[in-house]
Amino acid sequence: MTINASGWRPEMGEAGTGEATTFTGNRALMLEEALLFEIGDTQTTGVDLDAKPAVKSRLGGLERNREIGLAGLTEPQTVRHYTRLSRQNYAIDLGLFPLGSCTMKHNPRLNEKVARMPGFADVHPLQPIDTVQGALGVIAELGEWLIKLTGMHSVAMSPKAGAHGELCGLLAIRSALEARGDAREVILVPESAHGTNPATAAFAGYRVENIPATERGRVDVAALKARLGPDVAAVMITNPNTCGLFEPDMIEISKAVHEAGGLVYCDGANFNAIVGRVRPGDLGIDAMHINLHKTFSTPHGGGGPGAGPVVFSEALTPFAPLPFVEAKDGHYVLVEEETAGEHHASSFGRMTAFNGQMGMFTRALTYILSHGADGLRQVAEDAVLNANYVLRSLDNVLDAPFGASGPCMHEALFSDKGFGEGLSTLDLAKALIDEGFHPMTMYFPLVVHGAMLIEPTETESKAALDQFIGALRSVAQRAKAGDASLKAAPIHAPRRRLDETQAARKPVLVYKAPVQAQAAE
Amino acid sequence: MRYLPLSDADRREMLGVVGAKSIDDLFVDVPAAAQLKEKIGGLADHASELAVERHMRGLATQNLVAGDVPFFIGAGAYRHHIPASVDHLIQRGEFLTSYTPYQPEIAQGTLQALFEFQTQVARLYGCEVANASMYDGSTACWEAITMAGRVTRRKKALLSSGLHPHYVSVAETMAKFTGDVLETAAPELGPDTDAERLLAAIDGETSAVVVQYPDILGRIADLAPIAEKAHANGALLVVVVTEPVALGAIKSPGEMGADIVVGEGQAIGVGLNFGGPYVGLFACKEKFVRQMPGRLCGETVDAEGKRGFVLTLSTREQHIRREKATSNICTNAGLCALAFSVHMTLLGEKGLRQLAELNHAKAVAAAERLARVPGVTLVNDTFFNEFTLKLPKEARPAVRQMAEMGVLGGVSLGRLYPAEDSLANGLIVAVTETTTEDDVEALAKALEGVLA
Repeated sequence: MTINASGWRPEMGEAGTGEATTFTGNRALMLEEALLFEIGDTQTTGVDLDAKPAVKSRLGGLERNREIGLAGLTEPQTVRHYTRLSRQNYAIDLGLFPLGSCTMKHNPRLNEKVARMPGFADVHPLQPIDTVQGALGVIAELGEWLIKLTGMHSVAMSPKAGAHGELCGLLAIRSALEARGDAREVILVPESAHGTNPATAAFAGYRVENIPATERGRVDVAALKARLGPDVAAVMITNPNTCGLFEPDMIEISKAVHEAGGLVYCDGANFNAIVGRVRPGDLGIDAMHINLHKTFSTPHGGGGPGAGPVVFSEALTPFAPLPFVEAKDGHYVLVEEETAGEHHASSFGRMTAFNGQMGMFTRALTYILSHGADGLRQVAEDAVLNANYVLRSLDNVLDAPFGASGPCMHEALFSDKGFGEGLSTLDLAKALIDEGFHPMTMYFPLVVHGAMLIEPTETESKAALDQFIGALRSVAQRAKAGDASLKAAPIHAPRRRLDETQAARKPVLVYKAPVQAQAAE
Repeated sequence: MRYLPLSDADRREMLGVVGAKSIDDLFVDVPAAAQLKEKIGGLADHASELAVERHMRGLATQNLVAGDVPFFIGAGAYRHHIPASVDHLIQRGEFLTSYTPYQPEIAQGTLQALFEFQTQVARLYGCEVANASMYDGSTACWEAITMAGRVTRRKKALLSSGLHPHYVSVAETMAKFTGDVLETAAPELGPDTDAERLLAAIDGETSAVVVQYPDILGRIADLAPIAEKAHANGALLVVVVTEPVALGAIKSPGEMGADIVVGEGQAIGVGLNFGGPYVGLFACKEKFVRQMPGRLCGETVDAEGKRGFVLTLSTREQHIRREKATSNICTNAGLCALAFSVHMTLLGEKGLRQLAELNHAKAVAAAERLARVPGVTLVNDTFFNEFTLKLPKEARPAVRQMAEMGVLGGVSLGRLYPAEDSLANGLIVAVTETTTEDDVEALAKALEGVLA
């Protein structure tokens, strides 16, 4: 196998620092780009506007009389600025992006085309209901598929992202408990949970307690059962969990929680591993958010926007948030504060100004219809197969802490055990950058030392996986051999390792021109 | 299936490497009772690109497109012209298909764009620092209220009656669970803002005074006296801006003393999208930075001393602090923030000011014309590009009737405040650079028609 297809040779690590410099700082196609505020100015603009009518100002004497300080560029300069910046980013379009738990899969371009149809993109959320029947139809249709795919009872479409969905679920749980006069204070969260879980529980006014994991990477069911009691409002469980494993005792866990008077929240971040094969509703859960940007491949966009609809059990349905879409006599209506009282009086209220992430709904619905029932099931199966292939192709060179306990789901977890002295997961990850790959998720989940969580997704070919496996095998062998040159990686990226300590110690969060800084009041 | 690269031969070979006889062997941990044997009911098998596009187009054509009719709807989301290069640039795969920049060495494009975005937002708002975006204006507003609570260690926020009712509703939902106390009121259909009531209500227990600028009816108030009274009482001034283009024409909240400024950024670079995705903007004074929610991008240097950017101050955030984090937010609105930033770069100071002047001038001309419709009066003394008309009858059915005539004539206060009879005749009308004189004339005629 040609592992070093990228041309990397160990001796180049030394050469990297002494590389010949250029006048511009550019290196052929690797182009440096100055800040907008260094190349633009307040007198340049990239727009031409129509003439304005002459009128008397109605601004009430509050006319702006200070400079804002916004730098402008003409259109050609703008296009070049952002195109040059874009080339300093890694992306799925460039290669495998195995960020565990984030589900970086191919984004079908039909979805982009559909989301931009004027009938979806150029419609105002406050238009009269009769003029937005198609938009409400998208919400209703997508909602129906989400309910069917999860085997749940209802869905709240408005949450704006996964963590917002978690909040939605917990607020519904708290409302349901309070409605039966049973205020409880504690949410149990497994140690391996995403940080958003405990943060959300605290945001919703709960105290958080951790549940330990077993040596097999699952929730310690005995410890969980021992902790259940009249003060426990809910457990938040990720399934498949953040170790990439299915919780085989999920039905038993749900039953125990319900018997103790609590409710079960499932973090659906990893639903992509089971879509079409397992319905979370059959596992006894009460609420689960679905990251449309993960399972249904709406683009991650450098950090959002996402969307986090929440599916509910029958018990939680009355408490779901506003607004929501309802079909009435062949016509869609939007149930808001005004009409909620008639048949949805227990709703916990509104979570966002308008109707949720419509632009994500159109994309997700397009994705679901494109894949269909057979394709969605294949998505889960190929995602799981690809992850197991990575796991078993590397477990003789990297430590797989739960490798002995059976197959993984959609992501493979490794630890830094056996690395040479002074070398860490971070060093291996940075070396992968030089190999032309985005690194895996590092140091998460917290239950594994130096964790490396690899999620290849179903949209990778076998050839792409083989190349990645070869690269990872190579850097893993170097890490185990104690190759200190890993410490210098990456050497071929637009930047070497960045000083995060300095960034945090003296935060510089906005641009300040050197001259302006001196003249500051 | 066009999106799945594995062939059946690949699958067989890979199952061999894994040591599984069939794919079912990889799902052994799923209890038998939860193994789904049949296909999802009612969902057809995979479909061609053409077939799916046809289905989606069928849904799209059931909506009345804002750009196809005289259009005057605002109230928190605004229709502006977006230069063609904005959408082109945000569709670059390196932006579209990247993620939160956890590996800064190969994410400098996103990070530098965020740093520029933060600078643009901070300057527009007149604040020292801004974050890398929130979900939307309404959630940013609630985050600002809770942040003011952390800073002041108080729990009573005073909300202006001019704050968007949906923003109030979001805050009320959250306050039910956090124990925060919110003092709210419905607006009055008159020219005066809520400033007098707010000034009288601020006391030593107030954590934050939350003022929308311009307010829901389009009115503009001087924020300086409110800031002064708030600060004298140890409270913070939180200002909410739903129409950022306004800040090209009127003073920034920061220069009038606001401590935290939040808002909706949709109007710049992001389309209407039936309500989302939008982009929440969040800025504040530097001394409060460690209490801020959300991602922050900061400048630093790399091992060779070259300037670079990283996510920073993450000890505030959920992935480090877990239940002690300042917020649970993780994914924000990255691509919409980029769209905002690209559009703002194209505008620049000069373009934004011209755009704001054009919006204001067109709005003033439209208000004068519409106030000449018999029975219609202009409520506002002050406004930017949005104002409120008082009709001689209920506005809500009038809006529906006008829609049937092919005119989207604004937002009735009856829709926003269904319980307030005193507001039923109010109609909020937004005018932007996209509005033509013919559009205004069409609205005037439609109003005459429904009021006759």
